[in-house]
Amino acid sequence: MNFPVLGIITFTPFVAALIILMIPAQRKNEARAVALASAVFALVLSAWVYFSYDQAAGGYQFLEQYNWLPALGITLFFGVDGMSTPLVLLTGVVMFTGVLISWGDDNPHVNAGIQDRPREFFAFLFLLAGGVFGVFVSLDLFMLFFFYEIAVFPMYLLIAIWGWVKTREYAAMKLTLYLFLGSVISLVGGLAMVWVQYNNTGTLSFNMLVMETAGFSQTFQNIWFLPVFLGFATLGGIWPFHNWSPDGHVAAPTAVSMFHAGVLMKLGAFAALRVGIMLLPQGAETWKWLIMGFAGVAVVYGAYIAFVQMDFKYMVGFSSVSHMGLVVLGFSTLNREGLLGAGLQMFSHGVMTALFFAVVGMIYDRAHTRQIPELGGMAKAMPFAAMGFIIGGLVSMGMPLFSGFVAEFPIFMGVWREQWLVAVVSSISIVITAAYIMRNIRQVFFADMPSSLEGHITDVTVLDKIAISTLCLFMVLIGIFPNFMVPMIETGVDNVLRLLGGS
Amino acid sequence: MDFIDTHLLSLILFIPAVAAFFMLFLPKDENKLFQWFALIASLLPFVLSLYAWFEFRSIQPGFQFEESYDWYAAIGSSLHLGVDGLSLSMVLLTTLLTPLAILASFSITEKVKAYMMLFLFLETGMLGVFMSLDLLVFFVFWEVGLVPMYFLINQWGSANRNYASMKFMIYTMGGSLGLLLAVQLLGVLFGTYDLVSLYQQWTSLDPDSALLGLSAQTVKTIAFWAFTIAFAVKVPLWPFHTWLPDAHTEAPTAGSMILAGVLLKLGAYGFLRLILPLYPVEAKYFAGALAFLAVAAIVFGAFASYAQSDFKRLVAYSSVNHMGFVVLGIAAAAFAVGTEDARIALNGAILQMFNHGLSAAGMFFLVGVIYERTHTRDLEKFGGLFPLVPVYGGILIFTSMASLGLPGLNGFISEFLVVRGSFGVGVNSVPVMAVYTAVAMLGLLFTGAYILKGIKKVLHGPMNENWAHGEHKLTEINTREIVVMIPLMALILWIGLYPAWILDVINKAVVMLF
Amino acid sequence: MYTSTMFASILPEISILVLAMLILVVEPFWKKEKRRNVGWLTAGGLVIAMIVSIAFGQPDEPTATLGGMIRFDWLGFFFKMLFMFAGAATALLFMDNEKIGHRGEAYLMLLASLLGMNLMAASADLIMLYLAIETTSIPLYILSGFLLGDDKSTEAGFKYLLFGALTSTFMLYGFSLVFGFAGTSNIYQLADLFKSGALPLVTIMGTLALILVGLGFKVSFVPFHFWAPDVYEGAPTAVSGFLSTASKAAGFAVLVRLFFVAFPDYGSSWTFALAIIAAVTMTVGNLLTLPQTNIKRLLAYSSVAHAGYTLIGVVALTQLGAASVIFYLAAYIVTNLLAFGIAIAFSRITGLDDIRDYAGLSRRSPMLGLMMLAAFLSLAGMPPFAGFVAKVVVFAAGVQAGYTWLVVVGIINSVIGAYYYLNVLKYVYLYRLPNEDEEAHPIPLTRPYAIALVVLAIGVILIGTVFAPWFNWSDAGAMNLF
Repeated sequence: MNFPVLGIITFTPFVAALIILMIPAQRKNEARAVALASAVFALVLSAWVYFSYDQAAGGYQFLEQYNWLPALGITLFFGVDGMSTPLVLLTGVVMFTGVLISWGDDNPHVNAGIQDRPREFFAFLFLLAGGVFGVFVSLDLFMLFFFYEIAVFPMYLLIAIWGWVKTREYAAMKLTLYLFLGSVISLVGGLAMVWVQYNNTGTLSFNMLVMETAGFSQTFQNIWFLPVFLGFATLGGIWPFHNWSPDGHVAAPTAVSMFHAGVLMKLGAFAALRVGIMLLPQGAETWKWLIMGFAGVAVVYGAYIAFVQMDFKYMVGFSSVSHMGLVVLGFSTLNREGLLGAGLQMFSHGVMTALFFAVVGMIYDRAHTRQIPELGGMAKAMPFAAMGFIIGGLVSMGMPLFSGFVAEFPIFMGVWREQWLVAVVSSISIVITAAYIMRNIRQVFFADMPSSLEGHITDVTVLDKIAISTLCLFMVLIGIFPNFMVPMIETGVDNVLRLLGGS
Repeated sequence: MDFIDTHLLSLILFIPAVAAFFMLFLPKDENKLFQWFALIASLLPFVLSLYAWFEFRSIQPGFQFEESYDWYAAIGSSLHLGVDGLSLSMVLLTTLLTPLAILASFSITEKVKAYMMLFLFLETGMLGVFMSLDLLVFFVFWEVGLVPMYFLINQWGSANRNYASMKFMIYTMGGSLGLLLAVQLLGVLFGTYDLVSLYQQWTSLDPDSALLGLSAQTVKTIAFWAFTIAFAVKVPLWPFHTWLPDAHTEAPTAGSMILAGVLLKLGAYGFLRLILPLYPVEAKYFAGALAFLAVAAIVFGAFASYAQSDFKRLVAYSSVNHMGFVVLGIAAAAFAVGTEDARIALNGAILQMFNHGLSAAGMFFLVGVIYERTHTRDLEKFGGLFPLVPVYGGILIFTSMASLGLPGLNGFISEFLVVRGSFGVGVNSVPVMAVYTAVAMLGLLFTGAYILKGIKKVLHGPMNENWAHGEHKLTEINTREIVVMIPLMALILWIGLYPAWILDVINKAVVMLF
Repeated sequence: MYTSTMFASILPEISILVLAMLILVVEPFWKKEKRRNVGWLTAGGLVIAMIVSIAFGQPDEPTATLGGMIRFDWLGFFFKMLFMFAGAATALLFMDNEKIGHRGEAYLMLLASLLGMNLMAASADLIMLYLAIETTSIPLYILSGFLLGDDKSTEAGFKYLLFGALTSTFMLYGFSLVFGFAGTSNIYQLADLFKSGALPLVTIMGTLALILVGLGFKVSFVPFHFWAPDVYEGAPTAVSGFLSTASKAAGFAVLVRLFFVAFPDYGSSWTFALAIIAAVTMTVGNLLTLPQTNIKRLLAYSSVAHAGYTLIGVVALTQLGAASVIFYLAAYIVTNLLAFGIAIAFSRITGLDDIRDYAGLSRRSPMLGLMMLAAFLSLAGMPPFAGFVAKVVVFAAGVQAGYTWLVVVGIINSVIGAYYYLNVLKYVYLYRLPNEDEEAHPIPLTRPYAIALVVLAIGVILIGTVFAPWFNWSDAGAMNLF
């Protein structure tokens, strides 16, 4: 038995959450310290997994399997492939930066961080993080659902309790119900797969490696692919089921928005890939045009809606819809380039949008407004945050030498292979994105500061700077040296293509 | 030395970017330090490219100083660098203009660190376009150059900078959208982005075979226009030029220098490096349209320039006018590939790129010099300044004459070659080119008119007393500024008197390429 | 004649009887203010009874004992353990309610109905079954109306009695018809006699419908659910908790044994009818829960919905289906008792039980808030709490049996359920007291409550995470049905 690193990564947040809950409520700093320590621990371990994954060997690695419910063939089965390893790293990074951002600021003018019940906040946040890790590393369908749901429900509390007062109740409920419905529909599909597999082979197992070989009939795949895929993809913000996402993003407190857009949306996309496409490849083949259509609409429509937003956070929220549309677009091609790009885009968008929300949060905490026309001059007051946002903006626009380009380019190549029209139409989003990103950078950071804000905009804290730098580092690193991540994802793509029967 | 020989191009390319990165860690608020650091960091590539110029063996066919590194192997793209005579002259122009522009920006006092960093990044972006032999890497650098330029205009520009920088960004990004798509298409079709092999495979594609459900001919035509529009926006060709006057006018002086001196060349370079070799058939077929647009740019550029009352706008429109000649030469060459006339026209076009780089940079700098002192660019507010600033006046007249195409200065040589080449094409093969050339000659007439108008309004006529005394008293051009102008003027004169040293390299490249 | 198996088969019942006697003997000797301690005795005694039963009374191969009246198997045994656990928890929850907890009779009634439930789970004969059901019901009628002078409680007791009596009459009529057709009252012999084709389908269905009326009342599925909210609201809260968990589970125990063992041949007919009932139950239950503002009524209506989910497992008519029903009930008993327990502890201090009174609970008592979180999320079916796994296995059984449409109905209902459960948590975590002075209004827990709630909360998490043993026991019980 090897060192059970994936198990430890997954359960670190849960244990941390328990420990945090045991700290007396008044000792806020202790709660924060424990949170930070465990986030660092998880980050180090996930980086270790990332760097010691054997890319030459490929496939699933760091396997751990424990019997959990033998009667139903449920095992606690962890393992990562080239697709999920970057996402584990991403989760580690976002968790680490999310804790830093939520630390709080001693400056009384600044309403930053989490001041109200930080103990519960970090506990719920870590519950969420544990669920996310669990989904990325689970190779057992039941456990995947188990962790998936764990990742969903803390969102409700995190948004409803610490969110933006005006919309939090509505948004939290909408989000939770949407995601819950989506996941349970997928669950039914998953159960159907298990039983068909049982009837075919006589062994009852939720093990996805076994289910890959189940040989579902074409009809079965055609029926079940769509509910399973769309059920998960709801969390990925796929059009037309994206409606919950901007509301949720806007209402959530900063760290939760980061988690939500940065990691949770990937959770949906990843599960849609792992369960939808990998287990029902022929169904995917049948429905890919529909998915491609949805994704194409999401890409352009999301960008357009983002363009017309006046609320800074809504803008970022809708831009996520657009960018996650690209991920799904990549999936829908079912070819090497598309999947490669989708894998990269998941990571790239994760760090980018986490950075966006972090900066938006920092601005809101100081300016107490998010209306873009009411903001201005932030570059002078908080130059570091401005720099971070600009780098994020360039990633978002798909500017070369930043991770966004490295990710989007292969997606478009993949789409070219399948349907050139979609590639051409979707590419409009690039210009729209450039337009709104540039416009907002100009207004928020470089326009003259309104007199009402003059004086009480302070610079961000050191912790914020560390968080911003960490996120920027990855975006630039991947942009300049795609080889940091591309070979890893290529092995993951091989793993998917193996099931699609293609090259 | 061995290391330098084997990594010459990547050194030239990355020294500015690495230097800019290091600037991040320099202490705050040390403006002098930033300025000198940036200047030295940009002089290093210049020295290296001079070295490359002398090491370059113009008779050897193909690309030289080639280097190739793994970049994005998964989609078949590598960092493949290499130069021929065409690109080497552009590299030289870029590495020359950048230190001059940085020197010209010593008067910038705000956010010097960020300014200098952006400039160095910009240099890497431009050099990358000229050096890359990989279509994707070409595109990467093509796009990346936009960002520093955007911020240079947006942050250090004048009053209307927000509008201008946005327009610049959206125009060029929108223009390169088609390029992006076409690049993707090529990558998908051939699985590689290496230019050398794309030249081969793309042109030898059977025009009747089916691609993406359309005939290869249609696809190629669409891709041709996608490329063309991207480059036409950048050149800029009429009617895609409207971003240019705004951007030029609002940009800080050094930004305008680089914009006019190098950035516009990127578009023309794209025509030469990509469109002519990749789409010889289409280029020939549509050369008439290109020539028409080029002539329109020449004529309208001249007219528009004449109508300006803003000194900087006047110079900006003159760029449209001059770059029109570049495209005219290219169009003529596309019409009659392989003929002597075509070669002459191409030689002219490439030399015109180089020359315009020198004179436009000089002109913008001189506009900047006077603007810094008077804080106005309104031609009506100048007048009779020659007695006040005789040295400046002399330099301005000299540079203007180069722009006007006075024999003995560089502009004459290149414009003559273009006209000679395209007229030759007109006489020998495609009669319509003769008409276009004739109209272009008319445009040349107006070039003289607007340049003389500019000189007259600034230097001659009744003196505006406002600038003669008191707090607004105009001061003479200073040493630093003269240092900026000396290399430009020297080259202008040298090429004007003895163009062979550079034409030789260009001509050999043209002969080998086309 | 008297074998050790025979004693073993009714060891839990014997233990309960002994315990009841002990209470009868001891209680009068205690001073009035000390009578609360009967609760400790009951709970402790039940735990000891469980330990004793597990040590000496574990079933082996299924056997019929006591002249075929009792079936000694894992199905019954596991249910008995569940009931006794619920009984022990309920006893603890009784203790600090002065009107119930300080009177020994309440505990006696509780034990009496527990005895009945245990027999319900183990009965192999219709007559025995009917007796067991009545033994269960009558003490519960009394307990529901236990709060003398409280109109609502009196109403609850009376209503429960009337509906109970009515429906059990229907059931008795059904039993008698079965006996008339088959000539035997032994459930395990009925299966052979009720081979398909022996009797007209209409007759059989009519008879089963009559029986279902009685059982439907017990498990409160639609349309026999309408007593539940009023009774739950009016009865002492601890009794409501017991009614909605153990009593409902006992109903299901009977339903499963009777229908799976006696009428499998008509499966396709009655499962379809039950499927429709399940769908309607879930939907009606959930829709009626939505507008509730009282926490007890909310739990009451939602318990109707949970009966609907559980029925999916019955409808499946497979071993997994039966196992899922048992597992679901185990999870549900623990979860719902926790929810009721919190409501009891809360209203003991505040005297209130409207949902909006829960505003600020998480600040007044963070522990109680967290337990509320566990309970309600478990009810909503979220991991890592018991409710999630329970729902998944029930749905799995439904999908396996081909009732995908029913599962989809279940899903939509779970989403509705999630809505109102989360809504309660919103009050707990988000809203505040009018003066925002939660610190000044703590909610202390007395020791029995603390013990009961902590044990239940741990149970909720344990079943939700380490679910293998619970499922294996459920599965062992289910195996006995086939």
